[in-house]
Amino acid sequence: MAEVEETLKRIQTHKGVIGTIVVNAEGIPIRTTLDNSATVQYAGLLHQLTMKARSTVRDIDPQNDLTFLRIRSKKHEIMAAPDKEYMLIVIQNPSEQPQD
Amino acid sequence: MEIVYVYTKKRNEFGRQCNFSDRSAELHVDILPDPSLAVNFIERDPCDVPIQCTQEMSEHEVNTERFESDTRGINHVEGGWPKDVNPHEMEQTIRFRKKVEKDENYISTVMQLGNNMEHCIKQNNAIDIYREYFEEEEVVEESEVQPSAKTINVFRDPNEVKRTASSLSWHPDGSRKLAVAYSSLEFQKVSKDMSLNSYIWDIENPNKPEMTLKPVSPLVCLEYNPKDCHILVGGSYNGQIAYWDTRKGSQPVEMSTIEHSHRDPVYRVIWLQSKTGTDTFSASTDGQVLWWDIRKMSEPTERLILDPNKKGNLDNALGAISLEFETTMPTKFMVGTEQGLVVSCNRKAKTPAEKIVCMYSGHHGPIYALQRNPFFPKNFLTVADWTARIWSEDIKESSIMWTKYHTAYLSDGSWSPVRPSVFFTIKMDGTLDVWDFLFKQNDPTLSVKVCDEALNSLRVQDNGHFLACGSQLGTVTLLEISSGLCTLQKNEKALATAMFERETKREKILEARHREMRLKERSRSEQSKEEDTKEGDGEESPEELITRIEKDFYEIVEAELKKRDKGEEKKVRLILNSFTGLRVVRGSLRVVKGSSKIVKGFTNKGGGPDSTL
Repeated sequence: MAEVEETLKRIQTHKGVIGTIVVNAEGIPIRTTLDNSATVQYAGLLHQLTMKARSTVRDIDPQNDLTFLRIRSKKHEIMAAPDKEYMLIVIQNPSEQPQD
Repeated sequence: MEIVYVYTKKRNEFGRQCNFSDRSAELHVDILPDPSLAVNFIERDPCDVPIQCTQEMSEHEVNTERFESDTRGINHVEGGWPKDVNPHEMEQTIRFRKKVEKDENYISTVMQLGNNMEHCIKQNNAIDIYREYFEEEEVVEESEVQPSAKTINVFRDPNEVKRTASSLSWHPDGSRKLAVAYSSLEFQKVSKDMSLNSYIWDIENPNKPEMTLKPVSPLVCLEYNPKDCHILVGGSYNGQIAYWDTRKGSQPVEMSTIEHSHRDPVYRVIWLQSKTGTDTFSASTDGQVLWWDIRKMSEPTERLILDPNKKGNLDNALGAISLEFETTMPTKFMVGTEQGLVVSCNRKAKTPAEKIVCMYSGHHGPIYALQRNPFFPKNFLTVADWTARIWSEDIKESSIMWTKYHTAYLSDGSWSPVRPSVFFTIKMDGTLDVWDFLFKQNDPTLSVKVCDEALNSLRVQDNGHFLACGSQLGTVTLLEISSGLCTLQKNEKALATAMFERETKREKILEARHREMRLKERSRSEQSKEEDTKEGDGEESPEELITRIEKDFYEIVEAELKKRDKGEEKKVRLILNSFTGLRVVRGSLRVVKGSSKIVKGFTNKGGGPDSTL
């Protein structure tokens, strides 16, 4: 129980992270740092998208499975780690500064 | 025999419309039943007749009315709470959440997902993974592949007694065929059962030669006519020239008459550039270069005797081993001799004396290969003794660049037709060296051992990609060179131009310096000669000369040792001057000749400091 807290807290405190959400398969947000409406929206939409992505991966190769989904948009990056029952969603603002 | 059938139609009938007309029915054939034919048939009993017992149905297609579908999203406001939990009640939702958080599965899942997530977050923070880096840099097209040469095919002499493949010539059109001249060049090693034939091979078929050429005497050299791919000219061991037409068979179409041919084996024959495309010239070690028109082989059209004294004296003549002719410079040609001199000649000179323009010396043995650089015609390559040298036409004293002295004798060489700085050489120990002078000058870029016996002849195909080399036992190997060595690199021409110019300039400076020094000595020697006559000194005996020189030499060396502290430059200059002084005053002694070589050695070592010397 404490490790979960610690992990989620650590993730939230990383540089650029805007929000963290843990949802279950029904779309109920278990843990969230965003407001409810945004959470529910993210949960619902990303759930559909990960389903579609997973079915795509498995259609191409049935032995394969989706492990991670990353969507980069102009403003930020949405990362979804799906699992059988739960899904971890993190919204991050990646640092655009060139590192060279 | 042509079979011709002529179809004719009247012009006014073209495009005419068809006129159809009605015709009454005509009975053409009426076959009445003939019972007598029934005898040829048997009644079949029983008969098999298939019947299908199904419902008869027919197929129709119908287009239904359009069904419109629309995709819409649903905005969920609330998640899918189970029935007993009222979403609006805070307590119930919190209770539910807490319950889930206690679930084992939940904990392990979140831990695992959290790890993955962290990795990606950190990745994002570290570097922008979607950005295009290194966009400005051009893709380096040259592969890092090591230069290599691969053997594609090996053509062996089908005869029992093996002869040397002394000359190769590619078919001018597409290079699908290779003509090989076989002969035995070793003195008196010709045995009775040695075949005289030379062959034309199709490179796809190494088992059997495509065509045989049957000369009267074994062919030492063979060339396809670049204008007409059916004609070949060959020079034979007994000095005669013969030409073949591959459409007319294996016997030569015509041979030159023995009286007017060469007296020694013909080592090289080249086609000339002319309107009729039938002119060739040949060279042999008897000292003559003869021009022929193949339509009239009874007599050469022109004759040149390679007499270095320009007197046309056959006894003094240098034996010619190789010829060089570039179609872009049709009046000039070069001859490589057995004595190691390259003679540059002008065909259009009025008198025979003027025909020999100049000579280049520097090799110690017969010059087996002589070729101008296809990109820089002023520079030419000679292959002889243990080195290959590159010369510039303007510098007559020495070559501008040379390879190191090898352990085996070099027997043939050729420039690459596609890259100005690449050339090939073959050695008597069976190795083929590929040199890239822009890349490395000390060693060949690629050295391949082709076979165990000595290699005698080499010919590169016009595309620079393939080359064939012939060995002493008559085996011709076809090699493919890796693409790095036969594709023109960017800037290569400019770099090669710069390199040749640089080396030429260096040699020019050295030549100028030499001349200066010689003039100085001459003036000094004249002065000293006057003094000598004043003293009434006549010819000295050799021993006295030697002792006097020795004494002078030691004096100079001691003076030098004393002056050593005063600086390097001065010392060297002094030695040079004194040595050359020695040379002119006592011109006949070998000691002096050696010293002049040392002088040359001093000046040739290192390009840069020469100017300071």
